Amino acid sequence: MSVVDRQEWDVVVVGAGGAGLRAAIEARERGARTAVICKSLFGKAHTVMAEGGIAAAMANANEHDSWQVHFRDTLRGGKFLNQWRMAELHAQEAPDRVWELETWGALFDRTKDGRISQRNFGGHEYPRLAHVGDRTGLELIRTLQQKIVSLQQEDHEETGDYESRLKVFQECTVTRVLKDGSRVSGVFAYERETGRFFVLQAPAVVIATGGIGKSFKVTSNSWEYTGDGHALALLAGAPLLNMEFVQFHPTGMVWPPSVKGILVTESVRGDGGVLRNSEGKRFMFDYVPDVFKEKYAESEEEGDRWYEDPDHNRRPPELLPRDEVARAINSEVKAGRGSPHGGVFLDVSTRMPAEVIRRRLPSMYHQFKELADVDITAEAMEVGPTCHYVMGGIAVDSDTAAARGVPGLFAAGEVAGGMHGSNRLGGNSLSDLLVFGRRAGLHAAGHAAATTGRPRVDDAQVDAAAAEALRPFSAEAAGEEPVAGPPENPYAVHQELQQTMNDLVGIIRREGEMKQALLKLAQLRIRARRAGVEGHRQFNPGWHLALDLRNMLLVSECVARAALERTESRGGHTREDHPAMERAWRNVNLLCVPADPADGPPVVDPEDGQIRLVRETTDPIRPDLLALFEKEELVKYLTEEELYE
Amino acid sequence: MSSYDAHFRVWRGDVRGGGLEDFTIEVNDGEVVLDIVHRLQSTQAPDLAVRWNCKAGKCGSCSAEVNGRPRLLCMTRMSVFDRAETITVTPLRAFPVIRDLVTDVGFNYQKAREVPAFVPPEGVGPGEYRMFQEDVDRSQEFRKCIECFLCQDTCHVVRDHEENKTAFAGPRFLMRVAELDMHPLDAAEESGLDRRRTAQDEHGLGYCNITKCCTEVCPEGIRITDNALIPLKERAVDRKYDPLVWLGSKIRRRPS
Amino acid sequence: MATGTEPPPTDPRPPSGVRGAGRAAIAAPHLRTDRWWLAPAATAAGLLAFIAYSTWRAFANADYYAAPYVSPFYSPCLAQNCRPMHAGPNTDLFGGWWGISPAIIILIFPLGFRLTCYYYRKAYYRGFWASPPACAVAEPHQKYTGETRFPLILQNIHRYFFYAAILVAGILTYDTVLSFRDEHYAWGHMGLGTLVFLLNITLIWAYTISCHSCRHIVGGKLKHFSKHPVRYRAWQFVGRLNARHMLLAWASLISVALADFYVYLVASGVFDDPRFF
Repeated sequence: MSVVDRQEWDVVVVGAGGAGLRAAIEARERGARTAVICKSLFGKAHTVMAEGGIAAAMANANEHDSWQVHFRDTLRGGKFLNQWRMAELHAQEAPDRVWELETWGALFDRTKDGRISQRNFGGHEYPRLAHVGDRTGLELIRTLQQKIVSLQQEDHEETGDYESRLKVFQECTVTRVLKDGSRVSGVFAYERETGRFFVLQAPAVVIATGGIGKSFKVTSNSWEYTGDGHALALLAGAPLLNMEFVQFHPTGMVWPPSVKGILVTESVRGDGGVLRNSEGKRFMFDYVPDVFKEKYAESEEEGDRWYEDPDHNRRPPELLPRDEVARAINSEVKAGRGSPHGGVFLDVSTRMPAEVIRRRLPSMYHQFKELADVDITAEAMEVGPTCHYVMGGIAVDSDTAAARGVPGLFAAGEVAGGMHGSNRLGGNSLSDLLVFGRRAGLHAAGHAAATTGRPRVDDAQVDAAAAEALRPFSAEAAGEEPVAGPPENPYAVHQELQQTMNDLVGIIRREGEMKQALLKLAQLRIRARRAGVEGHRQFNPGWHLALDLRNMLLVSECVARAALERTESRGGHTREDHPAMERAWRNVNLLCVPADPADGPPVVDPEDGQIRLVRETTDPIRPDLLALFEKEELVKYLTEEELYE
Repeated sequence: MSSYDAHFRVWRGDVRGGGLEDFTIEVNDGEVVLDIVHRLQSTQAPDLAVRWNCKAGKCGSCSAEVNGRPRLLCMTRMSVFDRAETITVTPLRAFPVIRDLVTDVGFNYQKAREVPAFVPPEGVGPGEYRMFQEDVDRSQEFRKCIECFLCQDTCHVVRDHEENKTAFAGPRFLMRVAELDMHPLDAAEESGLDRRRTAQDEHGLGYCNITKCCTEVCPEGIRITDNALIPLKERAVDRKYDPLVWLGSKIRRRPS
Repeated sequence: MATGTEPPPTDPRPPSGVRGAGRAAIAAPHLRTDRWWLAPAATAAGLLAFIAYSTWRAFANADYYAAPYVSPFYSPCLAQNCRPMHAGPNTDLFGGWWGISPAIIILIFPLGFRLTCYYYRKAYYRGFWASPPACAVAEPHQKYTGETRFPLILQNIHRYFFYAAILVAGILTYDTVLSFRDEHYAWGHMGLGTLVFLLNITLIWAYTISCHSCRHIVGGKLKHFSKHPVRYRAWQFVGRLNARHMLLAWASLISVALADFYVYLVASGVFDDPRFF
């Protein structure tokens, strides 16, 4: 099937969010001819949804801030499971990445002396988030988009073609990473608009596809978040790391039902918003865990004083890391102290004048006004946990962002694992995108330049990928399938998957339910093979969903299996049957590797799925980094042996 | 929670032709038009093409026309309509249609490339940028733009006159010129680029007759006309229609 | 016999705009279901009413002075044929050759100011020229060049009319001060007309100051507000007024007509100006 159009590029970036665009900019500036592929229009990536800010220790708002403090906060937030070298690089390089955005035209909110203003956020010791109102993600994506355009303008001046060195393939989906032996040789993709297949041949591929939230029913994530990158890497033979850690953002909208899950930014709390239950009580004071006891206020008065005088008071517990707040809200609702629509109250109306709310939180004000008919300057919001972010992801080398085991494959952003450990701090996501997006682009360009003899694209792989992509159009003819049956509606399968993950592998997990989930996933996998679609290949959403189902099912299995395996509670993984954090699990990584053959016909037996788990021990944290913490704190996380070393 | 059946007419077809198709579909409390389009997809028309993404009015993907008015489908609540009303949903009518509610918005990406990028000031390194809030306020308003292209769709200059598309950048990108011209550290002028002059000469500012439809449809509430387009026109006047400047240039040109 | 093979009768003009090739095939020029025609119709009616009234009054050349009030349409009065007004805004600048109503000389300036005003442009492009009649409603014109060519390119001289409008507003302010006299030119009196004049001059100034060109001149043209704190404050003030430019445009249009009509009523003897003191 050599009719498939082929193009040669040096670096292919899959995904055009913050990480993908930053990678593409870097690769192009390093001289690599770079192609970017994204499922949506250019500039619509999920990064635009990020509201709060970019965490970077620039010390503009508090001079005591430094990369060491940022590193410490990040490790605390991640409960010491972070790939510490990533956290170190991240804390060190984030300020440069933010400043660089200004040279590309970004306009952050300013301090009185003209520098970038920084705001408070959960888990950050000092005000650290560079922001633009509550639309920081939009500013980030637009700045990167405009930087790409400016590079294209340079190329146009030189070559007469805007796209000679940097091209964005928008509204295209990658379904397979192609390989030449163990090396990456390119990607197989289709145009959503026409359904036409094409192959981009390249020695280096950067995966920057974001997260997996669309496998859950209540989520803040957009339709694009179907775990494509995770699945592409896994199918290409690269392992996924710690997939059990899924962050439920504590404050998503709970009403009306059609917007359930849409995010209410953490800045609402950072700027003074408080959580109350139906009895009017600020319940977070009852939920400060022992490891954080010394860092948080014990009374409302102290918490309130902190906004004005952070040096002499401790922060209010509403600003605990997200996992703690999400669990607390969950408990309050379960105990019958929830709001009418099953959340709790988040109130700014009694804390700030209406005019200040409208200025500091403009898009929240509009979001509630227009979607829920609630005026947040006059009444409290109703909020509850929503699936927001996956800490787990492609296992990568900390310095180069190279995926393990597949030369030429790189990953950055949410799709990469390790950086955030078991729980991500707010604001660390945007800085992660920039720091590791740049590193991925840098090393991908280096890898492409150092490659001798371009890898060859195997026709058989292209044919197989094309056949796989076309299967939904001939669902009835699936006679050779292990379990034959009528064609399935892909929308129905998707809805069942979301319900399953939400109910059985959600915010609080139990062994029995997860086993049930694995059983259910196995059944859905078989039904998904029969997902059939009507119509033709031109912009057919039913077909697109049928193809995305493969990825969501694969990733969901990783989450469920890893969650079943880790018998402790840590960060974004809470086991009702193992409620304590175990020091013995602190240095254990769970890797998902493809079971052989991962892309063969699905197996019916839930015990024997598409992936298997491998345990590995993490690298010991470098002593100079450990020395940044007090001994008393380390004792809570590290085992005796680790401490003595 | 109450629900009812609503009457919808949705344009279906492609560049070869098409028409409005009737549907009767369930609507629940608190839903928006995009929810109904999704329900049509999952129950009655699985291949109904629609572009969407964040479903929270932040990405600007689900632009279409509802009862003839350019809107974001995700920000149009069903409660604004009468229950007996027939709701008509069509693709954007200023751009070539691809399929159903999806149009080819390539015009906008082409125009985006024609606006010269931010020019960083010489000798100011990363981390040394000093700008004051009052200096960035104006451009920040324009940077709220989510690029839904509703302003580009509604603008009669290109909506009603295809032939103007080459000469006219549209409100979104004239606003981009204004944003850069008001950026406190943009060094275009020092590099020899006169944004005010090019706004008129290359981006078709003169086509704008300030009839304000762009401002009317902007889901972000950006005052495009009053704060971007008219100030830009005034800035162009500074350059091009100030008689003293004009006279000066005539006199100086004579000897050569 | 027709065999059905003839080409269908073709519209000599190829379909364009929303019904052009490539766009979604929808025959209707628009699908709006609301009363979109109301706003342009009301605008056109309002403007037409004013045009009719002001044309009559401007050419009437009568009943424009009733001491101490002079109609704003005839102020300043710059020809020999002006009614004498004691210490009033009249100078014989044009001499005796000017035969028609002296209002014409001066009305050019407020007319030009309003004609090139960014709000009125919107109003009459929509209301009279249907370009466009309303948002997302197809306009009836085949071609459109906007303000790129003569004559509409002249709209760019708005700011010079703004300068003139400042002078006119200054003179009308003077007239208002003069209205604090009685009919024998003694100072320190007030009548109902004084109130009408006060209202009018307030609205005239508010409209003039809220002008987009003014906003540009006082501060909008600056790149760094932080270096010009006074002009920044001025820009903010004008900006707040500017947000109500449409309202002020209509209010001042009505008030100026009202002031003139008041003078007409008093001058033509329909009623006597009620004096307060």
